[in-house]
Amino acid sequence: MTMTPLALDLVPVWTVILGLGVCFYVILDGFDLGVGILYGFAPDTPARNLVMNSIAPIWDGNETWLVLGGIGLLAAFPLAFAIIIPAIYFPILIMLLALVFRGVAFEFRLRDAEHKTFWDYGFCYGSALATFAQGMVLGAFIQGFEVQGRHFTGSSWDFFTPFSILTGVALLFGYSLLGAGWLILKTEGEQQEWARSLGRWCLGGVVLAIGIVSIWTPVMNENIANRWFSWPNIAFFSPVPVITALLTFAAWRSLNRRTEIAPFASAVGLFLIAYLGIAISLWPMIVPYHYSLWEAASAQSTQAFLAIGTLFLLPVILMYTAWSYWVFRGKVRAEIGYH
Amino acid sequence: MNEMDLDPLLLSRLQFVWVIAWHILLPALTVGLASYIAVLEGMHFATGRDVYLRASTFWIKIFSVSFGMGVVSGIVMPFQFGTNWSRFSDVTANIISPLLAYEGLTAFFLEAAFLGVLLFGRNLVPRWAHFVAALMVAFGTLLSSFWILSTNSWMQTPVGYELIDGRFFPKDWWQIVFNPSFPYRLAHTVVAFYITTGFVVVGVAAYLIRGRRFVEEGRVMLSMTLWLLSVLVPLQILIGDEHGLNTLKYQPAKLAAIEAHWDTGRRVPLTLFAIPDQTNETNHYSLDVPVLGSLLLTHDADGEIKGLKEWPADQRPPVAITFFAFRIMVGVGTIMLAILALSWWLRFRNRLYTANWFLRSCEFAAPLGFIAVLAGWTTTEVGRQPWTVYGLLQTVDSVSPSLTGTDVVISLLGYIAAYLIMFPAGFIIMARIVKNGPSASPAADAMVEGGRPQAPVRALSRQTEGR
Repeated sequence: MTMTPLALDLVPVWTVILGLGVCFYVILDGFDLGVGILYGFAPDTPARNLVMNSIAPIWDGNETWLVLGGIGLLAAFPLAFAIIIPAIYFPILIMLLALVFRGVAFEFRLRDAEHKTFWDYGFCYGSALATFAQGMVLGAFIQGFEVQGRHFTGSSWDFFTPFSILTGVALLFGYSLLGAGWLILKTEGEQQEWARSLGRWCLGGVVLAIGIVSIWTPVMNENIANRWFSWPNIAFFSPVPVITALLTFAAWRSLNRRTEIAPFASAVGLFLIAYLGIAISLWPMIVPYHYSLWEAASAQSTQAFLAIGTLFLLPVILMYTAWSYWVFRGKVRAEIGYH
Repeated sequence: MNEMDLDPLLLSRLQFVWVIAWHILLPALTVGLASYIAVLEGMHFATGRDVYLRASTFWIKIFSVSFGMGVVSGIVMPFQFGTNWSRFSDVTANIISPLLAYEGLTAFFLEAAFLGVLLFGRNLVPRWAHFVAALMVAFGTLLSSFWILSTNSWMQTPVGYELIDGRFFPKDWWQIVFNPSFPYRLAHTVVAFYITTGFVVVGVAAYLIRGRRFVEEGRVMLSMTLWLLSVLVPLQILIGDEHGLNTLKYQPAKLAAIEAHWDTGRRVPLTLFAIPDQTNETNHYSLDVPVLGSLLLTHDADGEIKGLKEWPADQRPPVAITFFAFRIMVGVGTIMLAILALSWWLRFRNRLYTANWFLRSCEFAAPLGFIAVLAGWTTTEVGRQPWTVYGLLQTVDSVSPSLTGTDVVISLLGYIAAYLIMFPAGFIIMARIVKNGPSASPAADAMVEGGRPQAPVRALSRQTEGR
């Protein structure tokens, strides 16, 4: 099979695809992991049923973006995959085991009545641990890794630092905020008020975490400091903190008012701007401080072979994913449809 | 514990065995079940007979439990390539990663999106749309099998590549995807999954008939599935034979290990049983049938078969494991064929649903497919050793260099603990669904599923406990 002309540089294409994939994952599984965390705070069993029902038909598709993210990294930037994944051995382990318990809890909780409490804990702590582990992965990524040649040469415990613990906690608040936004969309009355009040706590945590990370990162790393504070970058990037502040304000206002879409939308906005901030700090590195996107890229033929299918399939996937969301649109009720 | 005692390579291999052996049981069930559900939904859609709907709703419940377990144990798999096999990933990514990515893109999203509609949407979408959802889920499981087996087959029979600086680069994607062992492996595995599901359905149907509460559903399931198996099991024997010829051609060392055959020769015997002795390069207590080895393996009594001594000792697979795993697989296949032969005779005598001893045997036969799948998978994967990419990349050169033995002990213990909770719990839950049997009013049941209410479910389970 002959492919596209050899001269075509597909690295930007794959950067966008993978960037979008990670973005979809963080927002979609982010809100349903967040819903899982908030599940632990639900006052009673009917409320818990409602909270779980709000994501039961869609969580599986959301988690699929994690597989795509992992394999997409392997496919487009295999050197990054081969260095980073062993470096975050334990966060990955914790995340996978937590996702096991959280994932089966949907079915098991319903059908294994004797151990319902166990699966309730599995769902809530599983969601929280998976989130915390993902946050630590982010922290480890920003810290950077010890690399020689094409291999990670540090220890499997290098990831574990005060900074990665901070990013772990930050993501707990972040996903919970998304989850609260989703619950506001899917519930009404008393339940919605409950989600709004939790959302306000989460927003507080998110703002605090964004603040600390934004100060800590440039202090920890000189390159990142230069990236943001050297002239003329500081002028180009100054809208980032301004927009973050505006989004925070919008989120706070919407949590306190009647609007149902704005809390979720502004939480997504906060994630996107934080994501942009990280991208600005690290660009163009995919193995921070060692390998750029171009250096870690897979063979041109590999990227081309996969790009052809992906560019056709991604829109199709988005279409039928949207359809399945549409089927389960509207408010979720514990007693939906069975009277 | 002394760090020297713990070998990260051996432990990583054990961990891979542990996570994939449990995981493979789920596709072995769900690939077949998804197709079976699509057939039942289609039959209901076409005939309007309620019994198909009841059967379908019943199997959807089991499917949804096993599929959820399949998803979570499946997400573990691609990350193993990174956490424990990063050098394998670095060396092979250019070739295998698009195949894995296409699995995600074509199969996982299709399954995930339509599964929600299949499980919860019966009353939210038109009937035809629900049927389409069932078809799409089934199609997704088959696409997934296509890509993952293409990947595995390339590792067994690598072609279409060039090696530059010790890493693989693609030269011909058609050759890579449709590599020499792929068509045989795909056919052999998918048929194996269908047969596995078939025997589970037969076993459950026999149980339902013997319980006398769900005789109509049980008869429908038993009859249609035994017909299907009557085609699939003989077909599988033919495919297996072709797969064997392919292995002889491309992986002769694996075939020699399967047959515990040490010396190259013609008119070689078939060793039915032996205790292979790898260090002394011989077999003990062997039971041979003259000439049959050449005849079966080459379809020619005078055919030459290479013995293990053709390869240096460090390039031979573990013979005993490969040898016995293959015999377990073939043995299980023989039992399956015997059960089917009995079913033909009983059907002819019009006693299929009433011969209690036969129904009981069917119940015991329910897990047979899983045993055969695990044995077959062990044969092909252990037989590939000491290579991850056959003849090109050794397992010892594939493991992540940064790992210590302690790291892998911790993760292995984590996976052992998690799976020893999840799998037995899932099994008990599925057994409970079988015990409760199909619901009398599946439409209402589907709505209950959709809403997941508290009270009615509790009432239902109390009812069944009281029985």
